[in-house]
Amino acid sequence: MTDETAVLSPSAVGPHRPAAEGGGRGRPGQVWRSRRYRWDLRFSPYAFVAPFFLFFAAFGLFPLLYTGWAALHQVELTDPDSMTWVGLRNFTRLWDDEFFWNALRNTFTIGLLSTVPQLAIALGLAHLLNYKLRGSAFFRVALLTPYATSVAAATLVFVLLFGRDYGMVNWVLSTVGFGAVDWQNGTFASQLAVSTIVIWRWTGYNALIYLAAMQAVPGELYESAALDGASRWQQFRHVTVPSLRPTIFFTCVVSTIGATQLFGEPLLFNGGSGATGGSDHQFQTLGLYLYEQGWVNLHLGRASAIAWAMFLILLLIAGAARLLRGRKDSR
Amino acid sequence: MRAQARVRRNLVTVVTAVGAAALLLAGCAQDPAEKPDAGAQDGGKGKTTLTVGVFGAFGLKEAGLYDEYMAQNPGIRIEQTSIERNENYYPQLLTHLGTGSGLADIQAVEVNNIAEITATQADKLVDLGKAPGVDKAAYLPWKWAQGTASAAKGGATVGLGTDIGPQGICYRKDLFEAAGLPTDRAAVGALWAGDWNKYLEAGRAYKAKAGDGKAFVDSASGVMAAVTGSSAQRFYDEQGKVVYKTNPAVHGAFDLAASFATDGLSAKLQQFTPGWDQGFANGSFATVSCPAWMLGYIQDKAGPAGKDKWDVAQAPKPSNWGGSFLIVPKAGKHAEEAAKLAAWLTAPAQQAKLFEKRGSFPSASAAYKLPAVSGAQHAYFGGAPIGEIFAKAAEGVPVTVVGPKDLVIAQNLADIGMLQVDQKGRSPQEGWEAAVKAIDNALDQ
Repeated sequence: MTDETAVLSPSAVGPHRPAAEGGGRGRPGQVWRSRRYRWDLRFSPYAFVAPFFLFFAAFGLFPLLYTGWAALHQVELTDPDSMTWVGLRNFTRLWDDEFFWNALRNTFTIGLLSTVPQLAIALGLAHLLNYKLRGSAFFRVALLTPYATSVAAATLVFVLLFGRDYGMVNWVLSTVGFGAVDWQNGTFASQLAVSTIVIWRWTGYNALIYLAAMQAVPGELYESAALDGASRWQQFRHVTVPSLRPTIFFTCVVSTIGATQLFGEPLLFNGGSGATGGSDHQFQTLGLYLYEQGWVNLHLGRASAIAWAMFLILLLIAGAARLLRGRKDSR
Repeated sequence: MRAQARVRRNLVTVVTAVGAAALLLAGCAQDPAEKPDAGAQDGGKGKTTLTVGVFGAFGLKEAGLYDEYMAQNPGIRIEQTSIERNENYYPQLLTHLGTGSGLADIQAVEVNNIAEITATQADKLVDLGKAPGVDKAAYLPWKWAQGTASAAKGGATVGLGTDIGPQGICYRKDLFEAAGLPTDRAAVGALWAGDWNKYLEAGRAYKAKAGDGKAFVDSASGVMAAVTGSSAQRFYDEQGKVVYKTNPAVHGAFDLAASFATDGLSAKLQQFTPGWDQGFANGSFATVSCPAWMLGYIQDKAGPAGKDKWDVAQAPKPSNWGGSFLIVPKAGKHAEEAAKLAAWLTAPAQQAKLFEKRGSFPSASAAYKLPAVSGAQHAYFGGAPIGEIFAKAAEGVPVTVVGPKDLVIAQNLADIGMLQVDQKGRSPQEGWEAAVKAIDNALDQ
């Protein structure tokens, strides 16, 4: 926050000012000109950033506030204009809503199942790509291709792979001697399958971020570590990973947000029945539950309350992360 | 001088940027769905442009009906917007009706949503029952009743029926033969005529001969949909009260369908998933209750290899699954012209054409006498006289009481309750309770 204001404040461009004012004193035309120049310096940065904030106000802030307002009402999609004030009832009922807690639990476990392996694999891949190797550009592009695939396309293919009767995963499992798994119906199995799609799509993206950060690590650190007799693995552990700490934190934050909003994969993984997340709601995430309440059951007020609950949960996680990090830095 | 030039350039940039942003905002604020309407005043050459909003491959355009109407009415141009899935289409239709903008002149509505439309949106829709060229007597009475609002809501007929989904039982002749069951469609129909329990008995007989691992039906929820589709009262009573919990017809259908799962007669598939499609191709099950619109789907999925193996017989009881309506919002610019078009599109002659080209079964019983329907045979299903079979089913379907939340109740009964029994091996009682819990949560505002 403080960095941003420093950049935006006119004092940051101060050094130019005396030069503009210096020559123009006394002559009216030049006074006007220099005044315009001063205004330009002071105000045009705001104009440059204005489009974003206009868009944000229209498509970010307004929906956010309106959702909050709707969450305090009983609103039905069949008649969105008539809102009945119910106060915090939509929120308090979430406490007794086993479907909400189930969705929260699923979001958390699927988030863990996908984020942890994803980041670990990404770090490993980035480390391998950081070696001098032939055709590195090819591998980097190849890493990014899953990320460029649409969620829908990827998920539909994974649904086929994880099919119970004719899926390839089960075919492989049964040829190596394990029994076939009902990927859609098992609680853990289905969550693992959904996580796999997330991992497949996002690992390459994170790997490239790590790779970029790795290439910024000074070579001298590795040289001196090598001189001290550190093996590749030791270099990775004691030079690479510590240097990457801010990047790792960044990817953790982004992945957490992504995991909280997880929607497309579980929606499409559930073939026919849409937002239920399996017959036992076994992989219904918060995003799916929100969608089910709002767009299947048509209760906009309840859906808005879930949306705000998700937002508050993210704030809580962010607060916790900040506390953790603050403690680490002060140590 | 240089400084001045830079100032001017900067100002120009600022003005351009802000202007562009404002333009973009304005552009986005206007609903894209309104676009076709923009030129509606005169479709280029003094024509009236009518827009039709549908979901999926609705068939009206594909059957050439728009072209025919435009040829007959040179002053009219018809444009269609389509959204693939009804679950995305319907919420959008509701928001557009709520705001009175972004609507097409004619909108399609799925049968499971029609009660909610007549109950909550009737005042925003044109009374098509009074539109010129609409003949109530041409329609099946139960279909007409579904598109009509209750007397308390004004009693207007706001939805004109397009197609319906009378059901038969599609079965595999080769698998029936191997299990020692009759293969002739009349004999097969006679196996279970009049009683869904006989269908279960036939399944047990099939399994006894065919052995383990051979499923009689694709899914238990398919059976449940067919059984509930054959009873007059389902989830709501005539007063509009939710009664599915205590209605013996619903609980009975649930238990009967659950028996298919617990007796091992079901292939434990979920309909409209890739696994189900593969089941058709691999012959994983011997029968499936099939509405008229499903025959084309089966032909697609079972492929050329299934030709002459599939046939269709009369279902135990007349039953309906699916179908659609056309509505005309009052907010449209050309409501009068649109009503005329809707009446024409749903007239018996056009419904017969839609059946001939697309296999959507007419909801206008007057069409059943037309040769395109009465003489229709399906080559893939062994030349079965589908016009005759489905017309017989359609005319026997009771006047069903439909309620605003039929879709939500049916969906949770199938995808939560029955699926838990079928795929997770839960007891019917546990499945029923899970479904009730989910429905209670969904209906609670």
